[in-house]
Order: sequence, then structure tokens, then C-alpha cells
Amino acid sequence: MTRRHDAVLIAAIVAAFALVSLGGEAFDAIGLASWFLMIVLVSMSILHPLAATYAAVVALAAAASGAVALALVLRSGAHGAIGLSLGAFATSCVMWRALERLSSLSRTGGWLVLAVPLFFGVWLIYLWELVTVGFAIPSVLLPPPSQIAGVLASSLGVLGEDFVQTFIRSMIPGYVIGCGAGFLVGVLVDRVPFLQRGLLPVGNLVSALPIVGIAPIMVMWFGFDWPSKAAVVVIMTFFPMLVNTIAGLAALGRIERDLMRTYAASYRQTLLSARLPAALPFIFNALKLNSTLALIGAIVAEFFGTPIVGMGFRISASVGRMDIPLVWATITVAAVAGSAAYGAVALVERSLTFWHPSFRKAS
Amino acid sequence: MMMDETIGTAPARSSRRRTRREGSVLPVLAVVLALIVIWYGGAVWLNAASVLDRYERAGRQGWSTSELLADTMSMERPVLPAPHQVLSELQRTVVDVPVTSRRSLVYHGWVTVSSALLGFVFGTLLGIVLAVGIVHIRTLERSLMPWIIASQTIPILAIAPMIIVVLGSLGFVGLVPKAIISAYLCFFPVTIGMVKGLSSPDPMHLDLVRTYNATTAQIFWKLRWPSSLAFLFASLKVAVALAMVGAIVGELPTGAQAGLGARLLSGSYYGQTVQIWAALIVAAVLAGLCVGAVGLAERVTLYRMGGRA
Amino acid sequence: MDDLPAPQSEVTRPAAGGAPAAVEIHDLNLVFDAADAPVRALSEVNLTVGKGDFVSLIGPSGCGKTTLLRVIADLEHATSGTVLVNGVTPEAARLARAYGYVFQAPALYAWRTVLRNITLPLEIMGLPRDERLQRARRVLELVNLTGFERKFPWQLSGGMQQRVSIARALSFDPALLLMDEPFGALDEIIRDHLNEQLLRLWQRTGKTVVFVTHSIPEAVFLSTRIVVMSPRPGRIIDVIDSRLPPDRTLDIRESAEFAEIAHRVRAGLRAGHSYDDG
Repeated sequence: MTRRHDAVLIAAIVAAFALVSLGGEAFDAIGLASWFLMIVLVSMSILHPLAATYAAVVALAAAASGAVALALVLRSGAHGAIGLSLGAFATSCVMWRALERLSSLSRTGGWLVLAVPLFFGVWLIYLWELVTVGFAIPSVLLPPPSQIAGVLASSLGVLGEDFVQTFIRSMIPGYVIGCGAGFLVGVLVDRVPFLQRGLLPVGNLVSALPIVGIAPIMVMWFGFDWPSKAAVVVIMTFFPMLVNTIAGLAALGRIERDLMRTYAASYRQTLLSARLPAALPFIFNALKLNSTLALIGAIVAEFFGTPIVGMGFRISASVGRMDIPLVWATITVAAVAGSAAYGAVALVERSLTFWHPSFRKAS
Repeated sequence: MMMDETIGTAPARSSRRRTRREGSVLPVLAVVLALIVIWYGGAVWLNAASVLDRYERAGRQGWSTSELLADTMSMERPVLPAPHQVLSELQRTVVDVPVTSRRSLVYHGWVTVSSALLGFVFGTLLGIVLAVGIVHIRTLERSLMPWIIASQTIPILAIAPMIIVVLGSLGFVGLVPKAIISAYLCFFPVTIGMVKGLSSPDPMHLDLVRTYNATTAQIFWKLRWPSSLAFLFASLKVAVALAMVGAIVGELPTGAQAGLGARLLSGSYYGQTVQIWAALIVAAVLAGLCVGAVGLAERVTLYRMGGRA
Repeated sequence: MDDLPAPQSEVTRPAAGGAPAAVEIHDLNLVFDAADAPVRALSEVNLTVGKGDFVSLIGPSGCGKTTLLRVIADLEHATSGTVLVNGVTPEAARLARAYGYVFQAPALYAWRTVLRNITLPLEIMGLPRDERLQRARRVLELVNLTGFERKFPWQLSGGMQQRVSIARALSFDPALLLMDEPFGALDEIIRDHLNEQLLRLWQRTGKTVVFVTHSIPEAVFLSTRIVVMSPRPGRIIDVIDSRLPPDRTLDIRESAEFAEIAHRVRAGLRAGHSYDDG
């Protein structure tokens, strides 16, 4: 085990030295110092293994100094495919080791569990910036994160309006109506097993279909503006919710159902006190799934025709003008909005279904 | 006490499938029949306004209900085409036309399905590789999994246009860009399902195999892989449907000439409602066929593994 | 429990013999339609359970003891024969909430606290809130779980969960308790402890109990009558009256009287081919 870890670090050191010998002149004083700091810290951790927490901190510090050094080199305008690759490789090895240390630390849980994917994400963005700037990749192809951030900052007004149009006006009403209708129909159908047996396969089939295809039809029925997009969202979210409600209502165990029978409980009492709570995990599964489907539906529906506002419009218009950084900025807004929606649903789920085995660490 | 399975994750309970299928043929038919009736009703209701409009402009004084009904169901550009209109359009573009012609929906369907299937294969392979990595390398699990889950909140379909255009400017047109979109949509359910499946063996089984001093590879091929197959097929069914969606959406942005998405787009530009519906039906049927094919493969595999078919 | 009125009026009719019987079963038959051939789960079963009795049904798997209990509870329907619970049909008894049922698994709702799990039947029966809480606290005390009101079921051990389940069955004060192998999933040490607690509970509350088990010591320790059943078809082989002293503790299991009764039970099981292979 240790040998494999050391091999990674040794590879990093070799690459680091290779970089210095090849392109040492590209480093300025501070950069060179950072780079050597990284080499020193890495050698230290190979020769003198430390306790887990210290080792993680050392590894992170090493990766950070390597990253700073490379960033400074780039800022000074140096290029060079081999050098950059060596540098990226070396620092990535060190970062990987840091992540390994962190993830073995995070076994105890707590905030460390979040730290690992967070650092990983930050590292990916750093590499992205490094590669796009260092290899001079045309921004039409893949813009660097710094440029995207700049465009985002300068287009906040436009993006804000797009957000309101797509997220607030199209997605949310559609989501609420679609999920609500799916739930209600699922409950109504619960009393008629014949309908259930018919609707479940049909519902499963329909949720697998490319629903976005009905967007042009919705435009024809409801016009260009947000109602047609909301209608697409309604249809997209209805079926997963219906299928999961039906499955959830059937989830109560046989013993629990017999228990209600021994209490001579009415249908309504059984539904409210036993079957609906047991159905909540399924219902939230659908709600989470629908939160991503709804956003996708609202945006893609706008590809089919929309007034000149909306995230989907912004994307297709920007693509037409080859303004790719703006496309990425819109995607960032959409991603943040989508994650926030999903996270909100997940939080509500956690508070309402805290009792479910998947949330309990004990079992 | 209660099942903690949720839909779309754990595999179907195959032992109850036969009885359930026997009981569900009739209800499904009944529901489909009811839907067709509602469809006809909707067509009449939605088209009536424009038919009455037309009567007024033509100066007709009296009209009988049966005339109205007949006219609502045979409009050129209906708000909602009646089922038989769609059927005759399907007949026209599927049956009556040679498969290689550009007017054939079979041709367009093939264009879409081929890129969907290519993307499906890539996405599945990527998903399986990622899942194997995640299950065996803990660092990968801790750092990558949250991002994989987060990736689904990024509406990839929304950046389909960009991918198409960017790759187009690099010289990749046609099949490959659409396949990439489909692959991106596919890999997520496969990854999630396989991670669940590969980690599904009972700790008891894992302990047993360790007492045999089995290597990681042996444990993988003899224990983890067979246990994951049920999960794999459940994810494949979701993935193949998503691949179809990806291929269709990939045809939208650049005004592609071929494919079902292109037909949808041109139908919407020229107000050809019946064309839109026909393309949708073909897309639905193809998606259903793909899912059915995966289901068939699933049953064959599980049967050969001793599952109760 | 005695000063609170029962939530539903108990419907009783004295049996022919004078003293009202809790359960009367005459010529009960139950045939299941299985895939290959019909299964005679119960065949010509005749049984009378008097008020205040503790009757155990014992036998191997498949002998119909659980089925018999479920027929009494109106969870299964007989093919032929009559069953009277408190003098009325099982369905009427169920609608009148005349019995409390305890399953093999605790069947507690994970989203309700212990206290709210116990008040579940009381909510369904429409009792006012204060009375519900009062009753719930009282039965919790009966099963020695005071202080656990706000815990969730998954925070309790298996034995404690089962005690909550028993408390829940007692909360609406039914005269009849039907228990289907309630301690089957627990280890023997906890089981012994709970057996003793159940015995005291029964003596204190004076309920009629019909108890399904496949543990001979458990049946002999707890019961006033032991009904030995055997499978294929499910039928009663023997009914044994047991008169162990009421102040008995677990030590009585080493006495000669105990051994004699247990021996009779085993003889009945052997006669019913319960010890044969297949």
C-alpha cells in the first residue's frame, strides 16, 4: 500500500525536476521558490511519514504551492506543451495523494466528507484554467473559467431576466402542477386496482419517451410565452410522479396492513396514518428526479420557440452567434439553480423521512 | 419491515412478474382504449373553434353536428390531429414510401436511433468503467461521486446545441456529436446503478470469498459482477430511453436535415401538426422497442443465471 | 386499566354452558387454493377458550396454528364451520375492536415515537387526546417502558420494540389478546425475561390470551391450556389442561410437574408426526 502511494509521489518529484531542467527560466523567483517548496514537502512526506492529519495538511500545502508556481508561470506568459504537461502531472499526483489522505480521514464523517469532493472540484477547475490558458485553446471551443466568470459578472442583468423567465415562470408552476397532478391521480387511482394495473405500465412507458418532442405542439396550443414551456414541464413531471406514487402506496408491508385491519380502520384512516407516510420515500424520489427533469424541460422547450428571453433562448442564440463564453455562463446559472432546487427537495426529504433506513447510520 | 427500494433503482421482483403481467394485459388495453377515446374527444373539442371559424368565413348558415365532427377530424392543419389522421400520415411516410427515401420516417428514425445506440454503448461503457473505479478506489468514490450526482443537475440537454456547434466547427458532424450527447445522458444511470450493484453483495459473501484468499479480480468477476447484473439492466432501460432523447435534441440546434428531431423541428416551423405527431409516435415506438430489447436481453440473462423468469 | 371504560361496548352473549366463552370454534375447515393442489390448512377444528384462559397453540410449521389465530382475528375466512368471538362472528368482533393482535414482528411505524405508536389504535377509534395519552402512559408502565415515550422504534432493541407492540395491543383495553409468536425473533435470554413479564401482565389484567408458539417450555410456562396441533392437514391432536401454581417463576421449569406436562406435549407432537422428516 505504502509503496504505491510513494510511487505516485516519486513520479511527481521526477516530473517536477524534469520541468525545472527543461524550462527553469520560465519561473520567476517566487514561482521557483513555490515549486521547490512543493518538492521539499513531498520528499519530506516520503522520507518521514507523518500522522494522518499532518500528512493531509502537508500534502495539501504541497499541492497548493505547486499550483501557485504554475499559475505564476502562466501569468508571465510562458507556453510550452511539454513543460505544462509535466507541471500539471506533477501537481495532480500530489493533489491525488492529498485527496487520498483526506478521504481516509473523512471516514469519521463530519465536514471532512464535504471537503474531499470540494477540493476535487476546485482542482478540476484549476486544471481547466491551466489547460485552456496554457495550451491556448480557442475560447470558442472551451473558454477558461476566468473568462466565464467575467462574462457572468458582466451579464448579470440579462441572465437574471432569463432566470426569471425560465426558472420562476416556466419551471416552478409546471413542477408544482405536474407533481401535484401526478400525486392526486395516483391517490385517486389507488382505490381502483384495475386502473392501477393499467396505468403503471403505460406510465412507465410514457416516462421513457422523449417528452420534449411535444414542445412544438404545446407552443401551438399555448403560444410562444412561458405557458407552453410550463405545459411541457407538467407533462414531463406528471408520469414519474404518478408511477412513484402508485408504487409508494403499495409499499406498506403486509403485517402493517393486517394491523390496520385488526383496528377496523377505515380506508381514509389507513391511507393517512400508514400508507402515505410509507409512500414518502418513493414520492421524494420522484420529486428529486422531477426537479432535474423540470429544468431540462423548461430550457429545451425554449429551443422550439420563445420570446427573446429565457435560458434556452440565451443558449441557442449565443450558439448561433458563437458567443460560447455566454453559453457557459448561462449553463453555470442553470447548474446552480438546478442544484439548489435539488438540494432544497433533498433537505425537505431529510426532515420528513428521517426515519427511513437509508438515513439512519445505525442500521 | 418495509421495502426500502425505490423506483428506478432496485431491479424488478421477477417472481411476481408473471402473475402481474397476466393481470395487467386487460387493464392496459382498457387504459389505452380510454386514452384513444379521450384523444378523439380532445381533437373535436380543440379543432371545433377553427372549423367554426372557417364556416363563418365561408358564409355557411347551418351545419349539422356530424358535419362538424367530420370536419374537425380531417383538418389540414389541426390544432390536435385525430388518431386516424396520424395513422394515415404514418402509413404515408412509413409504409408507402421506400425506406431509403428522405421522406420515409423509417429513414429518419434510423438516423436518430443509430446515433442514440452509439451513444448508448459509449455511455454504458463509461458508466461501467467509472463504477468499477468508484467501487474499488475509495478516494475516487469520495471525490467523484458527489460530482457525478451533481452533474445531473446540469441540464445537459441545454448545452446540446453548443456541443453540436463546437464539434461541427472542428469538423465532426452527423453521428458523433449526437452520440456524445446521448453518451453523457446515459452514463449517469449506468454509473449509479452499477455502483449500487457492484457493492450489493452481502458482507457475508465477501467474507467467505476472502477466506478463499481470492484476488480482487476474482472477487470482481465471480461475485460483484454477477450480483450487479440485475441493477445493470434496470439502469440500461433508463439509459437507452435517455439516449433516444439525447439524439433527438441533438438534431434540433443546427437545423439538421435528417432524423426525427429534424422532422419535429420542420413540422413546427411549417405548422405541419400531423407531421409532428407522426414523428413523435415513431420516436415513442422506437424508444419502446429499444427498452423492450433491453428487457428481453435482461430476461434471457437472468433466466440463464437461474432467476425465476 | 380497570377504571377507564372500554372504548367500545363489549358485545357478549353467554354460551350454552352458562359462563361466557371468549372463543368458540366448531368444525372449522379451511382450504387454501395453492398452485398445484388445494391445501387443507385446518381440518375439523373444535376448540373452546374460556374467559381468562391463557391458551397456547403449539405445533411445527404448517400445522395451521397461525391460520387458526388469523381466522379468529377475521384476517382469514373459514371454508366451513362456525367461529364465535365473544358470541358474535369474527368480523363483528373485529369491527367492535374486541381483541388486540400482536404480530411476530413489532410492526411499529418508524415515523412515530413510541408514545404515538401506542396511541395509533386510539386515534383510529376516535378517542380524545387526553384520554389517549393517559392510556398510553398507563400501558407503557405495564410493560416497564416508562421513560421511552419520545424514542423512535429504531432506537430500541428488538425485545423493547416487541414490548411496545404488546403495550399497543393493550392500549384500548380489549378483553381478548391474540399473539402470534411474539417472542420468536428474540434470543432465549430475553425471551425468558419477557415470558415472565407477560405472565405477570396476564395475571394483573385478567385478559383472555390465545398465544401461538413453537417453543414447548414457553407454552407450558405460560398457559392454562395447551393445544397441540399437527400438520397435513392442520388439526388438533391434544388439549392439555395445566394447573401450575399462579405465583410461579422461571425456576418452575425444573420441577417434575413441568416436565410431565412438557412430556405430554411432546407425546402429542410425536403422535402428530411432527418429528418426522419432510
